[in-house]
Amino acid sequence: MPLEIESNTPVIDESGRSVDRLVVNIGPSHPSTHGVCRIIATLDGETVIKAEPVIGYLHRGIEKMAENRTYLQVVPLTDRLDYVGSMYANWAYCRAVERLASITVPERAEYIRVIVCELQRIASHMMGVGASGADTGAATAFIWAFEVRERIVDLFEQLCGARLTYNYVRPGGVSADLPDGWIEKCREVVRWAPDRLRELDALFFGNMIAAGRMKGIGVLSEADAIAWGATGPVARASGVLFDLRKNDPYSVYPRLDFRVPVGDNGDCFDRGRIKLMEAIESCHIVEQALEQIEPGPVSAEGLPRLIRPRAGDAYDHIESARGSLGVYLVSDGGPRPYRMKVRSPAFCNLQLLGKLAIGHTVSDLIVILGSLDPVFGEVDR
Amino acid sequence: MSSLLSGVFFGLLCGTAIALAALFGVWWERKVSGRMQMRFGPQQAGPAGLLQTLADTIKLVLKEDVTPRAADARLFRMAPLLVFTPVAMSLLVIPIATGWAPLNSSIGMLLFLAVPSASVLGVLLGGWSSANTFGTLGGLRGAAQMISYEVPRTLSVLAPVVLAGTLRPAAVMGAWAWWWLPLLAVAFVIYLISSIAEMNRGPFDLPEAESELVGGYFTDYTGIRWAIFMMAEYGAMLAASLFGAAVFLGGTNGLPGLLGAAVLLAKAIGIVTVIMWAKWTFPRFRQDQLMQLAWKVLTPMALVQLLVAGAVAVAWLK
Repeated sequence: MPLEIESNTPVIDESGRSVDRLVVNIGPSHPSTHGVCRIIATLDGETVIKAEPVIGYLHRGIEKMAENRTYLQVVPLTDRLDYVGSMYANWAYCRAVERLASITVPERAEYIRVIVCELQRIASHMMGVGASGADTGAATAFIWAFEVRERIVDLFEQLCGARLTYNYVRPGGVSADLPDGWIEKCREVVRWAPDRLRELDALFFGNMIAAGRMKGIGVLSEADAIAWGATGPVARASGVLFDLRKNDPYSVYPRLDFRVPVGDNGDCFDRGRIKLMEAIESCHIVEQALEQIEPGPVSAEGLPRLIRPRAGDAYDHIESARGSLGVYLVSDGGPRPYRMKVRSPAFCNLQLLGKLAIGHTVSDLIVILGSLDPVFGEVDR
Repeated sequence: MSSLLSGVFFGLLCGTAIALAALFGVWWERKVSGRMQMRFGPQQAGPAGLLQTLADTIKLVLKEDVTPRAADARLFRMAPLLVFTPVAMSLLVIPIATGWAPLNSSIGMLLFLAVPSASVLGVLLGGWSSANTFGTLGGLRGAAQMISYEVPRTLSVLAPVVLAGTLRPAAVMGAWAWWWLPLLAVAFVIYLISSIAEMNRGPFDLPEAESELVGGYFTDYTGIRWAIFMMAEYGAMLAASLFGAAVFLGGTNGLPGLLGAAVLLAKAIGIVTVIMWAKWTFPRFRQDQLMQLAWKVLTPMALVQLLVAGAVAVAWLK
């Protein structure tokens, strides 16, 4: 579709008023586009008349590349989808492979996956909340959020050597068992984190200016959230109680006791704060999982080096930090996927930008973009 | 001839003072924000990183001075000076020792309030002349903001003027008494808030709003011209802090010479620290909230404060 870029010439509106429009090209290189998003914003003064996100600047053709690699070799590619929460894409992909090849995952591996993914949720949400802080000019909230993220990334480094692209969840299990003493370190972090998160809540969401900047901005109604296919914190902030961990329970989540925070207003404030609430809840999930985990194998027995699933297709999804992350795999019986398709929650949520921003100011546009928390590795794929 | 000489002398004095203030201010800000964010701030250049700003300045001076092709070149080059000069001039009337100011004018208070407001021209022109949409938006925001906050700022400074019965800053400082503190607390807070807004610092840094407008009115500036904008900001912070310390906090407390100046400077650094603390704690306002704060909250409060100060002046002092 060709891009329709409006000119800067004055336009006469219906009431005969001359509207001086200003087209501002925000991005792809801009301090707060959360990666490489480009927004073509048409302004009347400071008010946004139209905001059109232009995506694709980070398109690497990951889905196509997957067709030329064996099932195991695709895992590192999935790291590069949502690079703020690599564990999710690892896991969603591995679940699809396991469904396709009928692999049974040992229980310990399932527990480890839940633990790392809930830790990942905290780390990812800290990025989201921190970025909301940076977007509104609260640099300190950003750094404070990063303190928590840093502790978790340290844990991941001890686990798999990487701090960003983990390549940890593998078809059939995980790449390595938990190192000695890791459980204690992890427990220490998830016991320490809730207090820090509450402190951050008071610093940022408890601040009058931050609340004023975010309350009532970019309101998404419950019906719209459903109609536009929003998932994750974006949908839950609008009151949609949809969380795959509850609605389509997978792995060992049914054995864990946790609540899903839901917002009332669907504005930027709710979308931001709900992430913080989820992060606190995730700490409790990890703590329970650390209690329940038993010794055992961490990878499926007798798994061949070269996985050749039967011809057919499989789809599986998990609740990532951004929403329902699904992977669809088609196999022709060979050692490589015939086709891979990723259902990216960040992409679906980003569509809302043009709708939510209209009538708000440029400052709000940035806040709304931040509240949708897109990660462009996953949007562009 | 002698007036020209003294003009050059005081010009150099103010320029040097602002340069030193920027050198110290940037370092202090990085240290304060570092402390708030679990970081160290600069450490390597000089003791405790004190020379870091100097190194940065050398880098900035050596950088290419770019004028965008689409820009209105003459205005573009002039704008930083239009912002800087009024700020430097406003420093002259501040009483930095007991009973003495570089320019001991009988209308010093008026001068201090009126002259820096000419900076708005530079902000507007800098943004507009760079022919950049972010710059234009930043310049317009800056103009609206700086003009609006003039009003509560002027009203808040009028309260001590009424109590002292003079527009000479040194005389106001001399008339200061401890009971001004509780009486003028509201005026001081309003003065502080509107001064922060005047110098376009967070949480009122809308004209530059990094996360929205990249750099606002100075998006397209590079090297030394950008540094002049920054120096103007730190100069304005120095001026506002010194003036606030002198007028609201008792200034030199009547101590003679350098001792008094040191007391004044210590109070000013205290105010600077509070300004930085605010910047690194609070998120940024939105344009409409900014205007609401100025016109619906600060201006009425400043008027009431002026009324109270006036009543006290009439009832007890006369």
